[in-house]
Amino acid sequence: MIGRRVSYEFMSRVAVPLLSGAKGWRRRLLSRKGGRRTGPFGPPLECARKLKELTARHYLAGRYADGAVPVAWVTSGFPVEALRSLRFHTVYPENHGAICSVKRLVPELSEAVEREGYSRDLCGYARADLGSLAAGKTPVGRLPRPDLLCCCTNICQTVLYWYRALADRFRVPLVVVDTPFVYGDALPHHVAYVVDQLRELAEVAGRIAGRPVDSAGLVESMRLAREGTRLWDECLRTSLARPSPWTGFDSFFHLAPIVAMRGTGECNAYYRMLLDELKDRVARGVGGIENERVRLLWDNLPIWFHLRDLSTLLAREGFNVVCTTYASAWAEAGRRIDPADPEGSAARAYLHVFLNRDLPHRLSLMKRLCEEYGATGAILHSDRSCKPYSIGQIDLKDRLVEAGVRSLVLEADHADPRAWSAEQADNRLRAFMERFP
Amino acid sequence: MSGAAAIGIDAGSTTFKAVAIDGGGRVLARFLEPSDPRIGEQAVRALDALSTKTGKTALPVGATGYGRKRLGAAREITEITCHARGAFFGTGQPGVLVDIGGQDTKVIRLGERGEVLDFAMNDKCAAGTGRFLEVILERLRVPLEEVAAYMERAAGSVPVTSTCTVFAESEVVSLVARGEPVEGIVKGLHMALALRVSSLVGTVPAGVRFLMSGGVALNPGMVAALSQTLPGPLAVAPDPQFTGALGAALSVLA
Repeated sequence: MIGRRVSYEFMSRVAVPLLSGAKGWRRRLLSRKGGRRTGPFGPPLECARKLKELTARHYLAGRYADGAVPVAWVTSGFPVEALRSLRFHTVYPENHGAICSVKRLVPELSEAVEREGYSRDLCGYARADLGSLAAGKTPVGRLPRPDLLCCCTNICQTVLYWYRALADRFRVPLVVVDTPFVYGDALPHHVAYVVDQLRELAEVAGRIAGRPVDSAGLVESMRLAREGTRLWDECLRTSLARPSPWTGFDSFFHLAPIVAMRGTGECNAYYRMLLDELKDRVARGVGGIENERVRLLWDNLPIWFHLRDLSTLLAREGFNVVCTTYASAWAEAGRRIDPADPEGSAARAYLHVFLNRDLPHRLSLMKRLCEEYGATGAILHSDRSCKPYSIGQIDLKDRLVEAGVRSLVLEADHADPRAWSAEQADNRLRAFMERFP
Repeated sequence: MSGAAAIGIDAGSTTFKAVAIDGGGRVLARFLEPSDPRIGEQAVRALDALSTKTGKTALPVGATGYGRKRLGAAREITEITCHARGAFFGTGQPGVLVDIGGQDTKVIRLGERGEVLDFAMNDKCAAGTGRFLEVILERLRVPLEEVAAYMERAAGSVPVTSTCTVFAESEVVSLVARGEPVEGIVKGLHMALALRVSSLVGTVPAGVRFLMSGGVALNPGMVAALSQTLPGPLAVAPDPQFTGALGAALSVLA
């Protein structure tokens, strides 16, 4: 146990930063010879390299985590603050699924579970995760075995069945935080119901960690989570500038820390750095794309496996996605976190996440984003395997059109390229762009 | 013949269309062939044919259709914009344009100035497209030019419930095996397709006029079926198969 702990701490604190530092030097030397990136984009964000390091460090440390520290696998919308204070190493299968998707591994992984009877219509992340276990393959080397599984139904109901399948496989406890769907605002009994479950979570997690949740530690991670959310929000708000210093597609990558490292000092240090860089770009008039002509809103998850081609197609014509409901979702709910009321505020924050709220709320957020960010068009990604996010999009689109926002529903999937028809999608996107003078 | 000013090519998934127009947008010559996978050679053939008819060469070319990117034209524009432009040029009226092509069905809302206000297309599936009809009519051995006669002879419409091209084909086979009259099946097919297309229209204000373009508009059976299912009066664009090519030509007219 002590040996495992030493290697975990060594890998996460010393070895990876050193390794990535050396890699960074090599790249800097090479880039001096190679010159600037060309194409329709602005100069790349310096922080992109830091983000890679942060992610690599997290996954590399994870290889040494089991047996060294308690390990929990958690859903993106799970109230992790109690786990942070108990020093759990957290694994986010959704984040892992996104990495698998960027690397175009999902069809192979999915086929491994489709053979076991899982439907292709299930969430691409769930299929990537369960498929990765079935096939024994992952692009991150190795994921540590969980001691605890934590899912919160505020993003979808699929996670419940997905995590039950994981619990069955690993034979470890599963904590479910059930969040009733919110119409308008959450009612007091909804909050009380979630608070009860948070107490149960603290008890189970404390038992696994071998010590109870200490309230000072919990308050501190709540404070960090709120601060991280504020920083992330500020980063997003730099896109109010014209040109926007980055693209919404960039933000999809840079939201990894607020999803997977929320409530840690590391997460916040990263966003301070990113914010500085974005503010500097705004001051110097540096844009995410070279010639920003039309500003757009993006709805739903990214099409991970096609992000580069898609952003290039748009950027070439001067179209920049400057706001997204997906990246904003992590800035919106976290505002409710209040370290003075750890349980109640966490319950309210995690109840009010974007996907747990009704369509009028979604519509008002989309309209507000379009107005604030000066977006005159919207792309609504109808995500084949994320039903909760995609339902209602036809009506949302019609309402946006009525409000004067040219809108397109684009059919794709966040993870599975088998649900992607390149030619049809390209045609729809071009027809959409032709509508802008 | 003189006065040709621009050429428009619509390299569709099923047919290849090209027109030469004069400075006022009047069509002077047409070219039509089934789509050839050697699209570059087909384009050369089309340009040669049009230049023989108009006596002009080196005219600006606008291209649309799925093959547009392989033509090296001065402008490449999607069929949505081209059909809208071509149809509005013919009528000068706002409304809803329905274009049933080989693999795509488009419902395009046109504004007062012919601008595209919004559009909807069939999802990633050939249900509700020209190909759907083609596949099944072929299976029934009904030539396209006889469709109208078949529908006139039909005593009633035999419902075809599948909207998937592949499943509808097997459904039709079993309807034939059950002894249903071919005339009734043909009518049922057109109704199924018309309903599918009409569902793309969604809700429209009362009094909206509909206009149809694309090769399927030459099928009177389809026009009749759509007239029944659409929530407003339907007219067919002049020379509907060439609407996209006309729009492409108009887009490069100086």
